[in-house]
Amino acid sequence: MTMGPAAKRALKAVKAAVPWALVALIVALWAYDRFIAPFAFGRQAGAGLWSFTLEMAAFLPAMFMLVGLFDVWVPRSFVERHVGRDSGPLAILWMVLLGTLQAGPLYGAFPVAVALWHKGTAPRNVFIYLGAFSALKIPMLTFEVAFLGWQFSLVRTAVTLPVFIALAYLLERLLPADVTIPEAQDDRAGPGQRAPS
Amino acid sequence: MQILLVITALAVMASLIADRRKTLMGVRRGLRMFVNLLPTLVVVLAAVSLLMAAVHPATLEHWLGGGGPVPFLAALIVGSIALIPGFVAFPLAGVLKDHGATTAVLAAFITTLLMVGVVTLPIEIRFFGRRIAVWRNLLAFGGAVVVALVMTAILR
Repeated sequence: MTMGPAAKRALKAVKAAVPWALVALIVALWAYDRFIAPFAFGRQAGAGLWSFTLEMAAFLPAMFMLVGLFDVWVPRSFVERHVGRDSGPLAILWMVLLGTLQAGPLYGAFPVAVALWHKGTAPRNVFIYLGAFSALKIPMLTFEVAFLGWQFSLVRTAVTLPVFIALAYLLERLLPADVTIPEAQDDRAGPGQRAPS
Repeated sequence: MQILLVITALAVMASLIADRRKTLMGVRRGLRMFVNLLPTLVVVLAAVSLLMAAVHPATLEHWLGGGGPVPFLAALIVGSIALIPGFVAFPLAGVLKDHGATTAVLAAFITTLLMVGVVTLPIEIRFFGRRIAVWRNLLAFGGAVVVALVMTAILR
């Protein structure tokens, strides 16, 4: 027997409530420390969530807006020609440049990577972008130099670069040629797809 | 950080001048992606906040400060799981260094931290699907081990 529509809706409501329940829990723990009795766990969890929230609020809306603009303005043929399946080694340079010049957490790069993918970028080049973004961001390197020394940073950069390029090619090989990724995250309200009517 | 905001503002303005309708469509599409991702994002970040509050920096220093196989493995595991912003991670690595963490341990910690994201896997799966997300992280983990070993050989 399948679930009735009411049960399905209830399950969906519970699922939707989980994130906010977790947030409420952390706020409660934080408030307990702040107003009732010292409680280091609550204080740290609150501080952690706050810093994540700031980081997210600073980057993601702008990042997603750029992705949306990229989506409507940049023609698919342009992307395919430069970084598509048949692109040459110059594509590596483009992807590394694109990745290193940004800042922010890795989950901020996913929407960009997905937009590139849907525009016809070769999987290997998408993975090179993610690799460059995660490991070689220039704003981050300045921090690394300050705390671990330029020698460490330089060697890490020089060793990591060929490694993630090789991994990107390997990963593309591991995937079937016709591999797809989930439709863009806007499918929920996209035309014809479960659109509220 | 501010650069991103400036670039976005300029791009939106230029786009508005060029084509108003297209701009609204693009911006709306982007923001809708953001809103749809938000629940996943909030779960992950809240869970990480709780996890990080449960682990004391002193514990990390105890496990990662030093050399040999145990701190090396611990660094790989902690680095893979943790989601620490760069402006916290590098000072922390500096502290570990002062506590006697070897190059191998520091390299293992930093590279896995940057390239492998176990706790952000749910976010990655929503974007790329399970197969790609899991493979990318597995390969990145292997790559991080290679990077750490090569760095150790070079910097010893």
